[in-house]
Amino acid sequence: MLTKEEVKHIAKLARLGLTEKEVEKYQKELSAILDYIGKLKEADVSGVEPTSHSVLLENVTRKDEVFQFNKKLIEGYLKVKSILKNHD
Amino acid sequence: MIRELHQSLVKKEFSAVDLAKAYLDKIKKEDKNINALLTICEESALSQARVVDEKIFKKENIDILSGVPCAIKDNILVEGVRCTAGSKILENYVAPYDATVVKKIKDRGAVILGKTNMDEFGMGSSTENSAFGPTKNPNDLDRVPGGSSGGSAAAVASGMAVFSLGSDTGGSIRQPASFCGVVGLKPTYGAVSRYGLISFASSLDQIGPIAKTVEDCEIVFNAIKGRDPIDSTSVESKIQNPKSKIKNLRIGVPREYFIKGIDPEVEKIIRNAIKKYEDMGAKIEEVSLPHTEYALACYYIIATSEASANLARYDGIKYGHKNDKADSLLGVYLNSREDGFGPEVKRRIMLGTYSLSAGYYDAYYLRAQKIRTLIKQDFEKVFEKVDAIFTPVSPSVAFKIGEKVQDPLLMYLSDIYTIPINLAGLPAISLPIGKVAGLPVGLQIIGKHFQEEKILEIGKLWI
Repeated sequence: MLTKEEVKHIAKLARLGLTEKEVEKYQKELSAILDYIGKLKEADVSGVEPTSHSVLLENVTRKDEVFQFNKKLIEGYLKVKSILKNHD
Repeated sequence: MIRELHQSLVKKEFSAVDLAKAYLDKIKKEDKNINALLTICEESALSQARVVDEKIFKKENIDILSGVPCAIKDNILVEGVRCTAGSKILENYVAPYDATVVKKIKDRGAVILGKTNMDEFGMGSSTENSAFGPTKNPNDLDRVPGGSSGGSAAAVASGMAVFSLGSDTGGSIRQPASFCGVVGLKPTYGAVSRYGLISFASSLDQIGPIAKTVEDCEIVFNAIKGRDPIDSTSVESKIQNPKSKIKNLRIGVPREYFIKGIDPEVEKIIRNAIKKYEDMGAKIEEVSLPHTEYALACYYIIATSEASANLARYDGIKYGHKNDKADSLLGVYLNSREDGFGPEVKRRIMLGTYSLSAGYYDAYYLRAQKIRTLIKQDFEKVFEKVDAIFTPVSPSVAFKIGEKVQDPLLMYLSDIYTIPINLAGLPAISLPIGKVAGLPVGLQIIGKHFQEEKILEIGKLWI
């Protein structure tokens, strides 16, 4: 069973705000899903290579273009909230 | 059906505008009960139809898809049209460009009637996870149409579109096609460009058609397939699909797919269909896919891990819903995502984040990727002996709205027969072959990589 602190930690890593009620809900649900997923431990994977794509591919690159922002730009910059706190 | 409509248009039995209007009227009358469409594009649909009519008037040759009314899943971008992916976080997002598949069908003159409802970001098996209310199954309005492409399947089943495009990450084309009684094709991974598809799990997602007949699916698939220079994972297949007589056809039936949990009535209909192919002359062989029992758990690690990375972009800054009440940037992220995402999306982001987090990566994500190799190898071994594999699409018929929504694991189990195919990147169709108490049952026909044509040919043999 995941602890509430673990659920809060994962939520913070995922940048998800959760209410106390949601923390409890996800604690139960994620624990049940992780129990089910635990069956993967039974499989013998010794010497097996991981698969990330099902069909073999080569890397291809393209230009990275911004099509449109639906937020207002100020002198070409995007305005966001402050990241650093002022300690004085 | 598409071929007949094409003939009628060319012979001027009716115009493309008449046809579009008939479908738009049908949508206006019926969709309030079904909720298959999130956005209706009446004006652009009629102007697309007028272009086709002009060509017919000038006696120009028109493509087989010209004037054919269709609907597009709301995670595939259509320029200038709202694209929500079934999520509140993208409620007001307007697509700045056409997805490659949309561009391809537009170039052929297809008429886009609207955008179809879906489980939020493709995460679900019933369309109940849409932020805009569930879609109802046209066969029984108290039941789900399946998901996540539930709107796309319901629109075709109820005659509100001739064909639709869906996307399939773990069964999201095939399971709703099965529940609604229509044909759905999930192509080989890479056979169709994903450019302009809102990503859920990038190594599994694939766009494909849903239609009333196998031939219609084939026509649409041929229109959208092919390598795309702006999707590095798309491939131009050079693999031949040799035609074979039915008496030379070898069909594998995996014993692991007929175990506890399958509805006996569904199993009976599937067994009868297999028998019918045997009577037509095909050789039926029992085969084994020994790692099947790990597929669902494997999928839920890989799909959620990829989703947790893909959905990081919805942070209230780049696009989508923004909650500006916090006084720090982190607060904007936390609040925007808290308001914008529904419960299943949050659940999967959390699971994926957990699997990828320090200390758990090897035990979960890396192990799941190794098991993915074993599942892929299971199929490779079986395909040395057989041309196609027959299985049920889902262990049950369409379930009641609300029946499984409180139990995520139970919901996940309805994709147990479709998920391994995405992990292996194989093509598969869902073919409607019968009904249990009025509710459709689909047969899944799985082929080798890039052998869509072969499985479609096998599907066409069904009468």
